[in-house]
Amino acid sequence: MPRLAGKVVGQSSFYAAVVTMVVFAAFPFYWMLITTFKTDGDLYNLKSIPYWFNAPPTLEHLKYLFDDTLFVQWLSNSALIGLCVVAITLLVALPAGYGLARMPGRSGENLSIGIFLTYLVPPTLLFLPLARVVTLLGLQDSMWALVVVYPTFTIPFCTWLLMGFFKSVPREIEEAAIVDGCTVVGAFVKTVLPLSVPAILTVVIFAFTLTVQEFVYALTFISSSSEKPVTLGVATDLIRGDIFYWGELMGAALISSVPVAIAYNLFLDRFISGITGGAVK
Amino acid sequence: MSVIAQSAAPRRLARSRFTFDRLEVLGPLFIAPAILYVVVLVGLPFLLALYYSVSAYSIFNPSYTFVGLKNFREVIDSEIFRRTLANTLIFTISAQIIGLLLGKIGAMLLMQEFPGRRLARALIVLPWAVPVSLATLAWVWMFDSLYSVINWTLVAAGLIDAAHRPQWLGQEDLAMIAVAVVHAWRLFPFGVVIFLAGFTSVPQDVLDAATIDGAGFWRRNYQIILPIIAPIIMIAVIFGTVFTFTDLSVVYLLTKGGPINSTQVLGSLAFQVGILSGDVAHGAAICLFLFPFLLVAVILLLRSLRRREI
Repeated sequence: MPRLAGKVVGQSSFYAAVVTMVVFAAFPFYWMLITTFKTDGDLYNLKSIPYWFNAPPTLEHLKYLFDDTLFVQWLSNSALIGLCVVAITLLVALPAGYGLARMPGRSGENLSIGIFLTYLVPPTLLFLPLARVVTLLGLQDSMWALVVVYPTFTIPFCTWLLMGFFKSVPREIEEAAIVDGCTVVGAFVKTVLPLSVPAILTVVIFAFTLTVQEFVYALTFISSSSEKPVTLGVATDLIRGDIFYWGELMGAALISSVPVAIAYNLFLDRFISGITGGAVK
Repeated sequence: MSVIAQSAAPRRLARSRFTFDRLEVLGPLFIAPAILYVVVLVGLPFLLALYYSVSAYSIFNPSYTFVGLKNFREVIDSEIFRRTLANTLIFTISAQIIGLLLGKIGAMLLMQEFPGRRLARALIVLPWAVPVSLATLAWVWMFDSLYSVINWTLVAAGLIDAAHRPQWLGQEDLAMIAVAVVHAWRLFPFGVVIFLAGFTSVPQDVLDAATIDGAGFWRRNYQIILPIIAPIIMIAVIFGTVFTFTDLSVVYLLTKGGPINSTQVLGSLAFQVGILSGDVAHGAAICLFLFPFLLVAVILLLRSLRRREI
């Protein structure tokens, strides 16, 4: 009997620990969800228990968000910026990763570590000079400035990930294609790329999510509402002075976070093996 | 048959050697765009930042007059800056400690098999996965001066008096706590994931051997598992530190550095001075205080990346 009791206590304290941790992590998201669907009268009421609906849920906040704000525009800006950055990243990082993987000796490895280290250079160090560069390019207050600047952090990371992958592709496969009459580029495109679809998919997801998450450069370069990506638009334009539109704000935050969170979760393990330099497989 | 094989082999060798020469020519061409991108948009702007910091450049007077180390002296002399530097360190260190502790506990919990484990992992990873600015907005709402759910809970639990609700973002000490909590909340899932990856990389036979030799729970933890996963944890700490140390979005959205600069961090102060007030030169000088610290991070990262190859 005492052993059974001990086991029950052990089990329940285990679950208690798991639940506490999950609640700490996820409560803000639950709060976003419930705020989105509460009526204003229910939201701004100090008397009732705030954890659940005290009045019937409403779609009013979402309706306002989609009909009377630029939310849809921000979402499509973010998507467009993300797609362009992904395209630039692939164009630059695919050949670079391949070139580095096939460099003789250790020079490729060393060079790629050099490129990877620029991933550590934070926007906070560069936003002032880059604001000037953006002006010189005539892109001030335009989302195209972000398309130009975001690859500075996606290219280093993705080149690193791709190099690691290309190293695992046996050289003999390309050599066979070259013997059969392909050029070096032809062999890369026809034999290596088709084998690399999983790696390319990972890079696409990461470049896209890293881009959607960015806030500092957007905040620095863009002031017109219609040019903002969703992270910036929601954080700055749904707050007017001291008046917060909490229902709309939380709805917008929730809708734009969910897809990013799902994508990130699916590819998390690859991301981790990327930053630990393949120390974990 | 043998005649064909003999004649084909040298030819293939000659052809492939020829291609190797060509790959050596093409290799640098493949890599050049990436290097160029990084040099033009990271390297040159960094040099420009260096120059701004020793000039008198502001958006009202865009002159590149050289003023030496005057900006740095003025920045160091300012009370606000010293507070800012201290805050940045406090937030970074507290977030790392809480992140590592909760990360280790979380990973140990998730190593067990239990129903709903995958869902628990997905939920725990959320704070790290979603865009920081949007997640921080949820905390702004939870710390609201009047409708804070945290205060409601504390009042309902009888821990505080309804007439004296704490102003989480309006009182200096509480605002510090609020910022630190949000940073730790955002970072600990990263710790969980890293520790999980580390734990799964420890070979089971090593653990079994140690158990047979009489090593208990603590001994296995600290003399076997920890040394094996130390390099991975090191890399995680470097990344975590860089992310927290250089972050400005959490502070910008939660408190805007207030009340009265009490939660200002290097990033947010540089943004306020360099962009909002247009004093680019001083802003750049403030940003550059990040640099020696980043250099240390880079060196440590290089060392641990090298070590894993040996």
